[in-house]
Amino acid sequence: MSPRETFALRDNLGAELKGRTLSDAHDVVSLTDILSQTVLGGRLRELSGRAVLLKVSDQLRSGIAMIELDGIAHRMLLCPPDLNPAYLDALIADAGIDAVVTDEPDRWAETGVPLVVTARLPLQTTVPAQTERATEWLMLTSGTSGVPKIAGHTLEALTGAIVAEGPARGPAPVWATFYDIRRYGGLQIFLRAILSGGSMVLSDPHEALADHVTRLNARGVSHISGTPSHWRKLLMSGSAAQFAPAYVRLSGEIADQAVLDGLKAAFPDSSVGHAYASTEAGVGFAVNDGLEGFPADYLGNRNGVEMKVVDGSLRIRSTRTAHAYIGRNATALTDDDGFVDSGDIVELRGDRYYFVGRRGGIINIGGLKVHPEEIEAVINRHSDVRMSRAKSRKSPITGGIVVADVILADGTDPARAQEIRDQILDQCRAQLASHKVPAVIRFVETLDVTPAGKLARTDA
Amino acid sequence: MSVRSKVIEAIQQIAREQHVALPALSDDLSLHETGFDSLAFAILVARLEDETGVDPFTISEDAAFPATVGDFVRAYENVPA
Repeated sequence: MSPRETFALRDNLGAELKGRTLSDAHDVVSLTDILSQTVLGGRLRELSGRAVLLKVSDQLRSGIAMIELDGIAHRMLLCPPDLNPAYLDALIADAGIDAVVTDEPDRWAETGVPLVVTARLPLQTTVPAQTERATEWLMLTSGTSGVPKIAGHTLEALTGAIVAEGPARGPAPVWATFYDIRRYGGLQIFLRAILSGGSMVLSDPHEALADHVTRLNARGVSHISGTPSHWRKLLMSGSAAQFAPAYVRLSGEIADQAVLDGLKAAFPDSSVGHAYASTEAGVGFAVNDGLEGFPADYLGNRNGVEMKVVDGSLRIRSTRTAHAYIGRNATALTDDDGFVDSGDIVELRGDRYYFVGRRGGIINIGGLKVHPEEIEAVINRHSDVRMSRAKSRKSPITGGIVVADVILADGTDPARAQEIRDQILDQCRAQLASHKVPAVIRFVETLDVTPAGKLARTDA
Repeated sequence: MSVRSKVIEAIQQIAREQHVALPALSDDLSLHETGFDSLAFAILVARLEDETGVDPFTISEDAAFPATVGDFVRAYENVPA
């Protein structure tokens, strides 16, 4: 067997592509000459072959560190900003971490991690590094409670969908995402920006949405992704009017018809597509026909991604999935046939599959199982509704009932609330089984969204 | 609005929504005869809790569920304000 050429991020960052940048709300870094710059104070050599914890406050320095570490470190564990510090010790042990890249070196002085390297701006000049190995990328799952699981990926698996799509036509894209690039959905966009020869504009959790959109415009963002919750927030903010991206992408939550139609109306000249991906299953597919769900003939083997439905749940086998959970008590990531069980429940209606919810997110209504997402999708179809959340509420009569919190679209006359409530209920009664129809509808100003950009479902 | 009229109004509203043909509501009408199923009662209790701030059937562990419309209304009237 002949050794394969090891592919690393630096291979996509030659100096021949001019004008490429990586930016956040504070700094702009040129990607064109990034290979002769270092965010690690020139200490990359010391990290060769190490298991590196990437624990940096901001995405900009994290992204540059990823570029440097890929192909040099044995593995790197990406820490999203909201990671509970109480879980760090367990994660360090599970991933065999022996070095940390951080912007807070003082915090790591007494922790027993043998090597602490500081990530700092401005960048310093360095000699370009040579790729030594295929680095393992470790990502944390965005599960709801407890220590997150560590999913192991290779760069080849992470970029499988991007390479399969081939280079984009036209000018190099300027990518942006509402996600953090240390999560699967955000990392996909970061990798797209690097592999496409383009640029990227990072998000900032402390920035007001209107300021973020101003920055996206100023940097000429052409391609942008976020969760349906991110997008609903943008549509509600009134900031969408100033923005005209060429490509709008949704992933990470169910993209229902209402949010797809809302984006198409807000961005009439854009392509709007939704993608299915998860930290474990990798990128499954993209849907670009403007409709919710996906065509039934996506099942089977398609572009190297095999999908089947077992007990209602979508299972995926491809070279893009994570290869294992990492750690002392790691469970199997795939079934015996190599399929990842996504836990995403789908339902066949006509010639299309529709996502109805998460297997773990079922609420119990009088002994009957209900997916809150299915109810929200019906409520969201009302033209005056921007966003909704269904949940269960205890009932002394039936054990539980469905209640829904609803955000009305901007400028809805409050005097119409009762009329809208009746229309929503009529809509629900026409399209849902009676136990799924909300017993109570409450109009609210906001709904909580998690740091991962998903509607918070703490009681699910 | 009195507690009684609040309760009666909520019953009538839910009957309209659930397409239940409600007989004339009198105090001695049994709840069974209203045509409400348990889901309709669950909705009624939840809405009245939102409106009045009380759920008389959860407050007390041993509260028996009322048998008639009159019992049901009194369960709300008898809650200390």
